[in-house]
Amino acid sequence: MAQVFLSLTLLAYYAASALFIAYFLVQRESFCRWGGWVLGAGLACHSLALILATWGLGRLPVATLGESLLVFSWTLVVAFLLLLWRFPIRVLGALVAPLAALMVSGGLILPAGRGNVSPVLHSFWVLVHVVLAFMGIAALTLAGLGGLFYLVQERQIKGKKFGFFYRRLPSLEQLDALNYWCLTLGFPLLTAGIIIGSLYAQYTLGSFFRFDPKEVLTLIAWLIYAVLLHERLTVGWRGRRAALLALCGFGVLIITFVGASLWFAGYHSFASFSGQP
Amino acid sequence: MNLLLAGVNHQTARVDLREKLCTLLPEAELSYPQLLSYGEIREALYYTTCNRVEVLCVTEAVEVLPGVLSSFFARHPEIDPEALTDSLYFYRDESAVRHLFRVASSLDALVVGEPQILGQVKEAYRQATRHQATGAILNRLLHKTFSVAKRVRTETGIGDHAVNVSYAAVALGKKIFGDLRGKNVLLLGAGEMAELALEHLKGQGVAQIIIANRTLERGLRLAQRFNGEAVSLEELETQILSADVLLSSTGSDTFLLSREQMKAAMRRRRQRPLFMIDIGVPRDLDPKINELDNVYLYNIDDLKEVVEENRERRQEAAVQAERLVAAETLKFMDWLKTLEVYPTIISLRQKAQTICQAELKKTLGHLGTLTPEQEQALEILTESITNKLLHDPIVFLKGNHHRKRGQGELALVRRLFNLDPDSTEPDSGKP
Repeated sequence: MAQVFLSLTLLAYYAASALFIAYFLVQRESFCRWGGWVLGAGLACHSLALILATWGLGRLPVATLGESLLVFSWTLVVAFLLLLWRFPIRVLGALVAPLAALMVSGGLILPAGRGNVSPVLHSFWVLVHVVLAFMGIAALTLAGLGGLFYLVQERQIKGKKFGFFYRRLPSLEQLDALNYWCLTLGFPLLTAGIIIGSLYAQYTLGSFFRFDPKEVLTLIAWLIYAVLLHERLTVGWRGRRAALLALCGFGVLIITFVGASLWFAGYHSFASFSGQP
Repeated sequence: MNLLLAGVNHQTARVDLREKLCTLLPEAELSYPQLLSYGEIREALYYTTCNRVEVLCVTEAVEVLPGVLSSFFARHPEIDPEALTDSLYFYRDESAVRHLFRVASSLDALVVGEPQILGQVKEAYRQATRHQATGAILNRLLHKTFSVAKRVRTETGIGDHAVNVSYAAVALGKKIFGDLRGKNVLLLGAGEMAELALEHLKGQGVAQIIIANRTLERGLRLAQRFNGEAVSLEELETQILSADVLLSSTGSDTFLLSREQMKAAMRRRRQRPLFMIDIGVPRDLDPKINELDNVYLYNIDDLKEVVEENRERRQEAAVQAERLVAAETLKFMDWLKTLEVYPTIISLRQKAQTICQAELKKTLGHLGTLTPEQEQALEILTESITNKLLHDPIVFLKGNHHRKRGQGELALVRRLFNLDPDSTEPDSGKP
């Protein structure tokens, strides 16, 4: 049953991607509106699928890379729809919707785990750790994608070349505001997720930090965001530097999420949770 | 029923003639009674835009109307009739419709895509309706014109690209700040160009305007006009801390601000973005300032380049718009053709009615006295027979307005029912 809903979700996300990309290309208001509705419909299916999967497994499905992608894409779409409602940066859908569609595809293609997860992970605190971290990462992903747009738009304006992107991308100030809001929301969430995770590790495994690749990489990403937020608040860093750092942080997060799970072995990798990448 | 459009525009008439026509032709209050007093004109619309004076008429005497309209244009003695004849153009029917569509969509303008023209045509139409100068045809045509102009604007994006320097500056400001409302403007120097740009910025709802000029007096005068504040140019380094948009057009030979000064200022501004427009020649601002983060420096050549690119883009959009106008013109002409069948339908019905009445009268005379119910029954009988007989020909007329065949078929129907008994048919004598 969950599979049916996931297929519907995938269909909706690809359709929304097409609509948002069409909106980006021809700038027709109705495409964006429809894109939003289709994405919302996809999210409803996605939510149902996740509820069914959680029901079936007896835990949140985040033990394999595939399962995590499904949960993370859900958080990302929620974050984006909230953003769409607050900010007028609708062209961001042209990046977010395809990203979500690809992640759901990945979730469907990647093999499912054996299902027997260590009892240590059957804890409310692990759930909180995962949910907070995912919410934080979703917000920071939006900051990173917004940063990408900012860099493109800033290049056009600085270089005095007004092409394809200049007309379609929103103003620099809006993109910078997006960076600021996503950072101030995402950073505390990520921080809380990390703290809860490490406290739980201390409680169950006896150490706060075990130099696992995933932990180290996350810490690097966290430091990048910490520097960015600090500089923003104290000396007023903004614009290009803020966008660059947000993009760097996003890059490190991708490596953490995908790379550390596939290439580096560690107790925190998906392989050690469930025997499957 | 024909449409005729007469006028002069920037392509046919020199500016002095256009000016004279604009100022010497009477106001709408007098023009419309004048136009409608000509017996040949059924409906009229008279409009002037920045670069044209035109009259559009619906008439049944299309052959004599050009002379009538020429005399309307040349009524004032100061207008040279010869110069007028050379520059006056006439468009009939389809080309008149297309011309009106093109004018309202700003395809026939000096600067293609300028948005003011539609407003001027709308205002002219409002005046025409106030003088009851328009009828069924012009009303429909004008409403169609407004929708065509709107479609051209939204579907081709012809007006999206600013084609003068001040507009280009405002458009750029919007891409940097999103909205210029509430932004502070600092003006260095008080040249004419700067004034124009300031006017545009003011129209965008900027918050505070500060004018720094070498001579305080001129600065004060400008400040008064724009409801701003005048300061001395020496205060530049402190004033720049609160500005969001800086417009510079002094006659200074040296740079007023260097890269280093600006770098320090940006630090003190906590990197708040600054949009600098240097329209001074020679330049007032060090071009290296543009290398700094969050400062966007444009000089007059950059802006001109933007304008040039946008002109080209408008030309591309114009090609698309012409296609739209052509299609809509054909559609309107089709509608106009359907109007031609109505007189035929009316005379067909009238003829049937007269026959009915005559025959009824005759029959009633023969039958002697009848009860009112019987009389009424006979009336209903004759009426319904003729109505049923005429139903198909009328449906045929209404439905069949083929662009080429239509005329011939209409003539055939008129001959078939002998609706024009006075006109001698070419082959009526044949057995």
